[in-house]
Amino acid sequence: MGGGLGRTPMIGKKIAGFVPKEDLLAYLEAVMRVYNMYGRRDNIYKARIKILVHEIGVEEMTRQVEAEFAELRKAGALHLPLEEVARIEAYFQPPSHENLPDDSAELNKAVLADRDFANWVKSNVAQHKVPGYAIVNISLKPIGGVPGDCTSDQMDAVAGIAEKYSFDELRVTHEQNLTLAHVRKKDLHAVYDLLKAHGLATPNIGLITDQIACPGLDYCALANARSIPLAQQISERFADIERQHEIGELKINTSGCINACGHHHVGHIGILGVDKKGVEYYQVTLGGAADEKTAIGDIVGRAFTEDEVVDAIETIVTTYIGVRQNGERFIDTYRRVGIDPFKESLYETH
Amino acid sequence: MKLIRNGTFVEDDFITVGDGDQLPDGAAIVSLERWQAERETLRARNAPIGVRLQSGQEPGAIADDLDRIDLVALEFPIYRNGRAYSYARILRERYGFKGEVRAVGNVLRDQFQFMIRCGFDALEVTDNITPEIWAENAGSFSLFYQPSVDGKKTVLSLRQRLAARARENATA
Ligand code: SF4
Repeated sequence: MGGGLGRTPMIGKKIAGFVPKEDLLAYLEAVMRVYNMYGRRDNIYKARIKILVHEIGVEEMTRQVEAEFAELRKAGALHLPLEEVARIEAYFQPPSHENLPDDSAELNKAVLADRDFANWVKSNVAQHKVPGYAIVNISLKPIGGVPGDCTSDQMDAVAGIAEKYSFDELRVTHEQNLTLAHVRKKDLHAVYDLLKAHGLATPNIGLITDQIACPGLDYCALANARSIPLAQQISERFADIERQHEIGELKINTSGCINACGHHHVGHIGILGVDKKGVEYYQVTLGGAADEKTAIGDIVGRAFTEDEVVDAIETIVTTYIGVRQNGERFIDTYRRVGIDPFKESLYETH
Repeated sequence: MKLIRNGTFVEDDFITVGDGDQLPDGAAIVSLERWQAERETLRARNAPIGVRLQSGQEPGAIADDLDRIDLVALEFPIYRNGRAYSYARILRERYGFKGEVRAVGNVLRDQFQFMIRCGFDALEVTDNITPEIWAENAGSFSLFYQPSVDGKKTVLSLRQRLAARARENATA
């Protein structure tokens, strides 16, 4: 508990390895009770669970939650019967997959015949645990487009594809893309053709142009700076798909203000819009990650102006390419070499 | 200020007294500080006594005295400070307090029902609150997921009862 981004980014801490299913609600109630009784009330920005955990420390927090939990258990109130867990689980059953061979001759043939399709499979299709099936990620990040935007026609098309090819199920991801969770491998090419016909086959999932951006100043009353036009410029700058593959996995997250809706703290490269005397600036962080090695990015140095920031991103990328070893991902290189090489190349000539 | 007790608008029979004020003959509510300083004299009076806890003053401070206290007033200094909800539940569930638990301070209409659920049986409200407004807000939700002090049946138990009935019908 105690994780969160916003103006005070913090990584959540573990207070209980395992809680019995039946006690889950009671345990959460204990957490809420401790927070409600001891959380900060003097300052609305500090009225957060993460602030309480930070101030008293995770050991003390755990002790208090456990004590409260013991009291709540005496009252025996919030017991979650296993039959109720089973009732809810029934809503989340996987669909009835067909029994298929894992290898699909249709797919193998199409990959050899159609190079664009092969590129798309490489970046946008992920492995499924059921043989013969695959997961299709639909990129809503066309080059130069608004991240996450989708027209009503595109939505209709995607709904049709989901209905026909993926058990009528469509998911929206926090990375501002869509996912078809259960597509038969032999249908992948048909799905690709339909997506392509609607401008939805950009083969860039996980690559540098697959950025997360908040609405920013164009739409948001709280913003300090624009996010969308910046994301569009970065997308244009790195448009070349060969170069994107050469760069490899790289996540850029942009927020237009400290509220961090674009989760910039956990982007490999994070961009935060700041306002300095009415002028938009962009502060850049490096090394953030939302994977199993969660990390809050480090601020690389003084903020960049609107005119400088895309060049700065390019400098960061070239620096990475220069120091990476054996096809390391950006984040792994950063974890190995740290921030100094990037600071040097960004600020040395100024 | 108006007082609503068990859903009825009533005259307040308690007088809240300041720490330096002289005690009235009848029922009185004092601060925690005054209670702690004058416990014995206050107990010896032949009139009901209440203690008012501010946000941050936990019910544990009067846990041992509760059998001699008729009323606990819990303060909401501002609507977004919900500590008194926890205090009310602790008074009722942990300490089994049977006297009046009164909500005072920034008591807003959209929170009436939550206060009742947490064990408040009296609320001090602003003068613009009418019986109609009370009725509308105190009953705005008809079903509850979370079990609480008010003993209301939860959605889960209603579901279980329905399932049991369906089973009975199936075998009948
Ligand atoms: S990060 Fe700031 S600018 Fe962006 S959507 Fe959130 S509040 Fe608005």
